[in-house]
Amino acid sequence: MTGPVPETPDPAAGSATSTTARSVLTIEGLVAGYGGGDVLRGVSLEVAEGGITCVVGPNGAGKSTLMASISGLLRPRLGSITLDGENLVGKSPRQILRLGVVQVPQNHSLFRDMTVRENIELGGYIITDRSLTARRVDSVFDLFPQIAGWAGSKAGSLSGGQQRLVEFARALMLEPRLLMLDEPSMGLAPKIVRTVFDAIRQMNSGGSTILLVEQNARAGLRLSGHGVVMESGRVRLSGTGREVLENPEIGALYLGGVPGERQAG
Amino acid sequence: MSVLLRTEGVHKAYGGVRALDGCTVEVGEGTVAGLIGPNGSGKTTLFNVITGYAKADAGEVYLADRRITNAAPDKVFAMGIGRTFQLTRIFARLTVLENMLVASRHGHSANRKRAMEQLEFVGIAGHHAALAGTLSYGQRKLLELAYILVADPEVILLDEPAGGVNLSLVNHIADRIRELNAAGKTFLIVEHNMEFVMGLCDQLTVLDSGSVVATGPPDIIRTDRRVLDAYLGVDVDEDLDEAGDLDEAGADPGEDV
Repeated sequence: MTGPVPETPDPAAGSATSTTARSVLTIEGLVAGYGGGDVLRGVSLEVAEGGITCVVGPNGAGKSTLMASISGLLRPRLGSITLDGENLVGKSPRQILRLGVVQVPQNHSLFRDMTVRENIELGGYIITDRSLTARRVDSVFDLFPQIAGWAGSKAGSLSGGQQRLVEFARALMLEPRLLMLDEPSMGLAPKIVRTVFDAIRQMNSGGSTILLVEQNARAGLRLSGHGVVMESGRVRLSGTGREVLENPEIGALYLGGVPGERQAG
Repeated sequence: MSVLLRTEGVHKAYGGVRALDGCTVEVGEGTVAGLIGPNGSGKTTLFNVITGYAKADAGEVYLADRRITNAAPDKVFAMGIGRTFQLTRIFARLTVLENMLVASRHGHSANRKRAMEQLEFVGIAGHHAALAGTLSYGQRKLLELAYILVADPEVILLDEPAGGVNLSLVNHIADRIRELNAAGKTFLIVEHNMEFVMGLCDQLTVLDSGSVVATGPPDIIRTDRRVLDAYLGVDVDEDLDEAGDLDEAGADPGEDV
């Protein structure tokens, strides 16, 4: 097992994470899984307020299980998850949403036959004050002016990249305390990935604290103040995005050859 | 070493997405070959094209000297290519032995005996009377392997044999593959468990975005820069001059891939 990289602030890294930022989300010793086996085998990590934390790792590392545990879709077996000190374990997905944890799922999730505006308004379905809903719609259009141009179009007529932006906008309707993005670049062409990543940066500049799970490790880590590499249900490397990206061990975590983890062979 | 299975410049698109983009892969007779690559790189699509579950838009597939491009799945199976699936395909409400007899198409005693032998070989003969739906996920994978062995295929394609299977069963599956290989079977294996493929395969082919980026023995592939690039992704800030315009027509497809 490789020791984690010591965490030091890196002024060159993309977002405003520093050791002085308080943590919004704290996970300690998380064990979770399905059926007989554990997928997460003691995961600890923190998401700093106002920053982007990026989790990467090969297939089967436990990234999706981590997301499901945070959002309450999967009840962990051991360990704790706290949001601003409040325990999330045992709460329903709906309660966790109300506390301000909003997730943009990996697969496109807009209602295709509804307009873009209707989809975005639905993001605020738990808001009962209609004028507040209208103000929130205006503020997401301020952040993403291009979306205002598509407001009357059916969501199903948008390209994959456009849909991704609308999904971000919808998630912002609740002004989340923690915004979780599950592989937002999946299935998109490189130029569009860059546009989507620019949008993530914009949301972060607008004050959103983001937990990003990404299959494109290089692009994700470069964007992020804090980076975590998971492998086989454990955190194997962590540090600033840049430190993790430049750590030579990252290759071995993806392509095998990590000492002490031999299986067949 | 002669090439037993070969794809030549195979193209396959789904909507606007090029799942395979000129994919040429060779599997030597009597070898255990691995096919790896990040999610969405085209591995399962290539399996589907080889076994007739998807039609190639262009390119060819050969079994030895025989052109088998776009042959129907049952024909490909009859020609000697057996294949398992990432998500197992078994008849859950038939018993394990009945599943095997479906593979051999008749229930007479010679087939029954042979079916039991295959179940013994993979190690689930003790469950022959159980409904297949009650097997664990790993046991279902073994049943699928036993099922295709009934047809005595020359080439065996395994789609993630170690995926979602516990470690002791992973080692058991690796041992069975080695035994079959020693008996002359040729393998092509798609697998994300790197220790498994690296420990088992003679040769690896790495796909990225539907094309082959590297081919070689595991120790070479492990340190290949192009392979690492495929797995870690493109740094979009460094490699692109500008971001894509989302209002540009035809910029990207809207469907999930």
